[in-house]
Amino acid sequence: MSGYRPGPIALFLAFLVAIFLLMPLLAVVPVSFTPSRMLSMPTGELSIRHYRALVDDPRWLDSILLSLRIGIVSSTLATLLALVFGLGIWMFRPRYTAVLVGFVLLPMIVPPVVSAITLYFLLTSMSGIGSVVGYDTWLGVALAHVVVTVPFAVVLILVSLSQVDRRIDLAARGLGASTWERATQVIIPNIKFGIATAWLLSFVLSWEEIGVTLFITSVNAITLPRLMWMGLRDNIDPSIAAISVILILITVTVMTARVVYRRARGAA
Amino acid sequence: MFARSHNLGAALLLAPLLLLLALAYGIPFLGVMKWSVTLPEPGLGQYHALLTDPLVQSVFVRTARICALVTVTAVAAAYAIAYVWVRGTPGQRLAAEYCILVPFWISVLTRAFGWVALLSNQGLINTWLRATGILDEPLALVRNEFGVVVGMTHFLIPFAVFPIASAMRALDERVLLAARGLGASRTRIFWSIFVPMTMSGIIGAALIVFVFALGFFITPAILGGGRSVMVAELVYLRIFQSPDWGLGAAISITLVLIVGLLTTALFRFLRPSQMAG
Repeated sequence: MSGYRPGPIALFLAFLVAIFLLMPLLAVVPVSFTPSRMLSMPTGELSIRHYRALVDDPRWLDSILLSLRIGIVSSTLATLLALVFGLGIWMFRPRYTAVLVGFVLLPMIVPPVVSAITLYFLLTSMSGIGSVVGYDTWLGVALAHVVVTVPFAVVLILVSLSQVDRRIDLAARGLGASTWERATQVIIPNIKFGIATAWLLSFVLSWEEIGVTLFITSVNAITLPRLMWMGLRDNIDPSIAAISVILILITVTVMTARVVYRRARGAA
Repeated sequence: MFARSHNLGAALLLAPLLLLLALAYGIPFLGVMKWSVTLPEPGLGQYHALLTDPLVQSVFVRTARICALVTVTAVAAAYAIAYVWVRGTPGQRLAAEYCILVPFWISVLTRAFGWVALLSNQGLINTWLRATGILDEPLALVRNEFGVVVGMTHFLIPFAVFPIASAMRALDERVLLAARGLGASRTRIFWSIFVPMTMSGIIGAALIVFVFALGFFITPAILGGGRSVMVAELVYLRIFQSPDWGLGAAISITLVLIVGLLTTALFRFLRPSQMAG
């Protein structure tokens, strides 16, 4: 029995959707090789000048380094906060769990533009107090990214905690383990994979974040998405096509690595 | 004694994140609420403007129209590809997974830029149309609502696929095989069994897409080119371009109310069906 498979009409429709989904990603490839300074299709000769601009123009390199720094700091903080919170929920099962988790997930549910104006309010107010964490500073952006990415980390950590067998924790408790020992020696080793996934997702979300970043930066803290936004709004700069091609290649490589890894594990 | 240390432990673990979000999100949100009733002058003037100003009204109407259109197109497209992702042969499933997940992981800016590269006057489609002599003048495909709908549909399809695919996975294959055994045609099985039994996924996907589309502004800002402004972009414009912080804040608060109502509706709808299933 081969099971119930899609028929020709379904396959055809899905094929059209697949083309629609891939089309804009493929379209940036020829544009990135245009010899022109403006957005255009290459006619005749190809050029790698826009790739070279990524290396030669310090703005691109600076913004990549800044995005990496903000991504690493904010995802590490978000993961730690989410982990500690998740442990509190899982180990103590507080009476108002639904309310507490609901509150923590708010930045994920509220429309991005509302989070953006809220964090704009926060950082412009903080700029009055000190200039280290405030409007248009890298630490300010990192703080804002913690706020908007932490709900995703919380969801992933709660999901992986829900798969931990409570009996091993009960056994540890029965044997006299303290809260600290239970957390660090029993629970955390069992959710290592979930913690790593939470960190990775927070990092990717921060690395790509533009909606909030647009509201809280102006000339100093130019992250990579912010720089791309600037190039998209004014005269469209084909260097954006070059950086896009690189980002797409990275995504496809990581996804393929995952598929291969999953196959290898499934076969073993 | 035990109970006290128990409570203390819970508080110590829960406090850091709750405190951070209260200070960095809760209180500033109250600040935005205050803006909406104090700027430029105290009172409900901004909410009154929201209900009467023809410009704001037209933006809200356009937003509702675009969101409704995008919801229909994104959910329909997601249903088609999710069907192959769940029920296809292993090769088809892998291909569908790539088509869904690669765009999902790629930044919204890259995806919007891809559409600009395709649809703009110097883009792939117009260059080809003119090179082949089909058209003399470029077709206006971006900087209008068409571009916004295309770009937002593209952005939201993966988000619509996930709830639909999980509803499809939950469906027992034996039901389909039984229907086939009893002589039902493909079309009949699809419309009388498959679609009704995955309806919770369709509704869930539609609400997610609609809510996301409401508060989204990057894709409309790039593909609309400032001509088909949506609500979220209007907030950005009122903060940074022609400042009217009070109006920006009032629109934000209204958006939160609408999203809150829709989310409540979503939970109301999903709870009973999950219990029945």
